[in-house]
Amino acid sequence: MHLKYESTLREPLVDGEKNYHQVTEDIISPIEGKPGKLWYVGFFISVALLLWGVFSVTWEVYYGTGVWNLNKTIGWGWDITNFVWWVGIGHAGTLISAILLLFRQGWRTGVNRAAEAMTIFAVMCAGQFPIFHMGRVWMAFFVLPYPNTRGPLWVNFNSPLLWDVFAISTYFTVSLLFWYSGLLPDFATVRDRAKTKLRKLLYGVASFGWTGSAKHWQRHEALSLVLAGLSTPLVLSVHTIVSFDFATSVIPGWHTTIFPPYFVAGAIFSGFAMVQTLLIIVRKVLSLEDYITMGHMEAMNKVIVLTGSVVGCAYLTELFMAWYAAVPYEFATFYKYRAAGPLGWSYWIMMTCNVITPQVFWFRKMRRNIVVTFVMSIIVNIGMWFERFVIICTSLYRDYLPSSWSYYRPSWPEVGFYMGTFGLFFTCFFLFAKYFPVIAVAEIKFVLKTTGESFKRDNMEKLEPLSDEQFAHDHAHHHDDHGHAGHAVAHAAHN
Amino acid sequence: MAVKNFVVASFDDEAVLFPAVKKVRTAGYKIHDVYTPFPVHGLDHAMGLRETSLHTAGFIYGVCGTTTALSCMSWIFNSDWPLNIGGKPHFPLPAFIPITFELTVLFAAVGMVMTFCYLCNLMPGVKKHIFHPRQTDDLFVMVIEVTAKTNAEEVKALLAQAGGLEINEQRAEAGWWYGRFDQDDEATLYKNAETATVNA
Repeated sequence: MHLKYESTLREPLVDGEKNYHQVTEDIISPIEGKPGKLWYVGFFISVALLLWGVFSVTWEVYYGTGVWNLNKTIGWGWDITNFVWWVGIGHAGTLISAILLLFRQGWRTGVNRAAEAMTIFAVMCAGQFPIFHMGRVWMAFFVLPYPNTRGPLWVNFNSPLLWDVFAISTYFTVSLLFWYSGLLPDFATVRDRAKTKLRKLLYGVASFGWTGSAKHWQRHEALSLVLAGLSTPLVLSVHTIVSFDFATSVIPGWHTTIFPPYFVAGAIFSGFAMVQTLLIIVRKVLSLEDYITMGHMEAMNKVIVLTGSVVGCAYLTELFMAWYAAVPYEFATFYKYRAAGPLGWSYWIMMTCNVITPQVFWFRKMRRNIVVTFVMSIIVNIGMWFERFVIICTSLYRDYLPSSWSYYRPSWPEVGFYMGTFGLFFTCFFLFAKYFPVIAVAEIKFVLKTTGESFKRDNMEKLEPLSDEQFAHDHAHHHDDHGHAGHAVAHAAHN
Repeated sequence: MAVKNFVVASFDDEAVLFPAVKKVRTAGYKIHDVYTPFPVHGLDHAMGLRETSLHTAGFIYGVCGTTTALSCMSWIFNSDWPLNIGGKPHFPLPAFIPITFELTVLFAAVGMVMTFCYLCNLMPGVKKHIFHPRQTDDLFVMVIEVTAKTNAEEVKALLAQAGGLEINEQRAEAGWWYGRFDQDDEATLYKNAETATVNA
């Protein structure tokens, strides 16, 4: 339900004296101006990285996967590490847009648009790795189940790798639809205030002819709610299925039932860190501090300390089980070759970055410090990258046959491929930040009168004219019957 | 698709809009539509709009997804090309669950979005008449259809009394057409409509 008043103890989600028009002005005007110098610098660095990635991948496709430092022992290296890392990052966007919508967390409105964009771009990056890992990438379409002339040769529906194909493509499609349906009204806002012909044309096409009709809004609300309801189990399923790639195997260190929740928590953890990294820059560059407030940052830091601790518990549980299960191979993997051994350093980077450092967020002062938040967001993403590296490589490099034991460091095409996905991600994100409303304008207007700073203050200044019973009757029951502002008037008319 | 006459009034606050909607409806006029920059909760009820059935459509699409996934996979594994994969059964239901779930979600989401676009006439290249350029910014725009029986002046007076701003009359296409928002094509559109009416 929508509250008429919100407690003053809750800090406002929109700072400053705003009215509806000011909200439009603040969020849309960066689209209409020329981008700054920093934008061009950032954009061209991203494009350069992207081109370097294209070169590295072309090299790999031409000479074959042999140019990567993978071998018989270590069949999965940086490529799958990066795949899992990018998919994980995507999860925060859906969590913010879907799960927090269902939990009625008002603060999501300031950050959901950018977080969803991040999801889509991260999943695009993630998808590249398994595709090029196939080696003969021109046969990638073999993963699609369709009646073919090769037998018909069907895919193996029992295989978690195939489940991945379905999970990632569904996740990408649904996130894209959810994101774009939310963008339609905002594109219409850009279109209707556009001064140049080109902008009117392009945003006119992008807005699909949205007008803001009451009936359309009613359907739009229904659509958003159902898509949120669908995305919630979807996002949990995606990383669960990614974890099945490992958990259904018989490799010590992978063959464990804790993986699905552990992977999902880690995904949310790293995703929120990436949202923080991006939004701290975006709010500064586009002067959106009134909309992405310290309150938003703090809320996300709370999620980070929670999920970081969940991940920490998972690490300890794994160690305990490796000892308690009394399986010598499992024990060796964890105690001899993960926490110690030639790749042991990666394990301790993971532990430090993911479990120890995020504990600073127990302190309110730290949660509300921009510099600490920014540095922590980078540390967490380094830590989470190492988590995937540790899971994949330290389980593989010491296998059952000591003669196959090996060490692993990436070759330049592997590093180049990873850098290239950064290029892809940031190229997309820079374009998004310039040409798209980075904050959901309509959604901010929707919550403005309950959570805007000036409205909260004004609401507290006047006395409530209704009796307690009447107020409860009006605002606790017929919550769908009237607007979120001016209920008293609306309701008087209603009665 | 029809070109009609409308009385248009803007409101700058939901608190003024709601009683105005009520007033216009009690006076017996038919509200063509109210355009708002964001979803105003309860406006659909105030206007007497029917609840949307989009959720039901979504459920049906989801069930289609479930059925498609399960029937296709079991047909392939049991009848089209039964293959022995590590001695596993030909109908391994637990292993089918992930794909079944994904397809359920995919069908429901894609189906609902397409239905939404179809019902609301939303598509790239679709153009509609914009009654007020600020209806997607900060104004709530109420549009009342003027028929042969309507006294437009009376409607205007009523709206002014209810707090409406910038009250005017517009002749506009009520539906949609293919067009570009950077081109002012409405004049020719209405001219053609008139010629068509005369010829008929």
